[in-house]
Amino acid sequence: MITDFEVLETMKMFTEQHLDIRTITMGISLMDCADEDVNKACDKIYNKICRYAKNLVQVGEDISRKYNVPIINKRISVTPISIVAAASKTDDYTPFAVALDKAAKTCGVNFVGGFSALVQKGYTKADKILINSIPQALATTDFVCSSVNLASTRTGINMDAVKDMGEIIKKAADLTADRDAIGCAKLVVFANAPEDNPFMAGAFLGPGEPECVINVGISGPGVVKHALETVKGKDLGVVAETIKKAAFKITRVGELVAREASERLGVPFGIIDLSLAPTPEVGDSVARLLEEFGLEECGGWGTTACLAMLNDAVKKGGTMASSFVGGLSGAFIPVSEDEGMIAAAKSGGLKLEKLEAMTCVCSVGLDMIAIPGDTSAAVISGIIADEMALGTFNNKTTAVRIIPVPGKTVGDEVVFGGLLGSAPIMAVNNSSCANFINRGGRIPAPIHSMRN
Amino acid sequence: MDKNNAIITVLGHDRVGIIAAIANVLADSNINIKDISQTILDDIFTMVMMVDLKDVKIEESDIVDKLNKLGDDLGVKITIQHTDLFYAMHRI
Repeated sequence: MITDFEVLETMKMFTEQHLDIRTITMGISLMDCADEDVNKACDKIYNKICRYAKNLVQVGEDISRKYNVPIINKRISVTPISIVAAASKTDDYTPFAVALDKAAKTCGVNFVGGFSALVQKGYTKADKILINSIPQALATTDFVCSSVNLASTRTGINMDAVKDMGEIIKKAADLTADRDAIGCAKLVVFANAPEDNPFMAGAFLGPGEPECVINVGISGPGVVKHALETVKGKDLGVVAETIKKAAFKITRVGELVAREASERLGVPFGIIDLSLAPTPEVGDSVARLLEEFGLEECGGWGTTACLAMLNDAVKKGGTMASSFVGGLSGAFIPVSEDEGMIAAAKSGGLKLEKLEAMTCVCSVGLDMIAIPGDTSAAVISGIIADEMALGTFNNKTTAVRIIPVPGKTVGDEVVFGGLLGSAPIMAVNNSSCANFINRGGRIPAPIHSMRN
Repeated sequence: MDKNNAIITVLGHDRVGIIAAIANVLADSNINIKDISQTILDDIFTMVMMVDLKDVKIEESDIVDKLNKLGDDLGVKITIQHTDLFYAMHRI
């Protein structure tokens, strides 16, 4: 029998503490959509997505109604388009992005991810075309997200691609300059990209994934913060235990929703991504959660230690709650999407260099950070290279989603709206790394990649 | 859990007729009340009701809308949630 206390605790999680299922993401393989004729390939892609995902939104809403659990996003991830489009005779993949966008609109989903390429060791011809198509593709579509995997622990870092992506990010910003460079908010570069991640902008369906699969991303920094408020002043062992328990409960909601969605859609359940994903709303912030550990402001000394412990405890609690945990799974630290991060960045207490340190122990990377529009492509590549090195050499996923906003500089602010939030422009160390970036080639895989 | 039960929660200020009004709505939808408990928590009147849905599917019936409307009329918040949610979160 469920007790009244448990019922009320659950109610409060969903109402006051902003617990929600952040996304149900349907992964759809597009491997069989390749065609020499671009238009035919695009038609196949549109038709297949619409066929597989036609009930996705309805099923999400039904489950939400049954449990009175908010399910914020319904999304689609697809096979990296560079693989699907390789057969087509064209030098511009923008039409593929348009087809994805059209399918997303027909199905009523919030985003479709997979305008992607996996180039950690080198380019195919198609990878090169895809990367060159990214700025135009993001400028002409609304719901398409793009990602590029530039590095992995097994292969090292593709520095040619790191250089190119610095320039592509600048171009994507320029082409969407009238909308505060929103194109860059839909573009992320990775080291060790997970192939089953349900979160945007980095969702795609990796080559080792099944025909169709349901992956669910949960949220809930507010729930963990609330739990910590009940153990003020207690030692850190108690804190870890408290986080684990909260993460367990959150993950179980995700597991329930994932299993039910999978059953209703007749599609296998893939993984739960047990990430703490913040939103710009008050009470839904990872920064405020870190401050609950005992920090005056997120970004001060001690922040990295708190984040490391938080990330680890979330994983421990979550893996107990579901046998199939994957994706990014950990705490997200996107600046513009987190009320507390925005405040700390505005006050000057949270700097880019501290965020870089934090990415060593969180689940993603430098995320949703607005920087001056006049930052050079080489410096952006330098930022990417550092982040790729952290991921590659520490055997973890790292990412960069950075937005050089044309015409804006430190002291200005950008507003993207919705879940993407708003951000102050953060200062960048502009000391040149151009000669390093221009060397090109590959940074070899670290010694500990040889585990066979 | 293979039982088709739900928990109905009422939060707000106590007043005459809350239980009667909810019982009426549930009877109309052929939903049977199995257990009711009331308490005052943090100064808020709280009622938790376990109901047997039998063949009713929450998402396909109009029970959510009916309870929402009743909640608005009575000035309280009424929520219905399938019990699987609570078992998933609070039981190993």
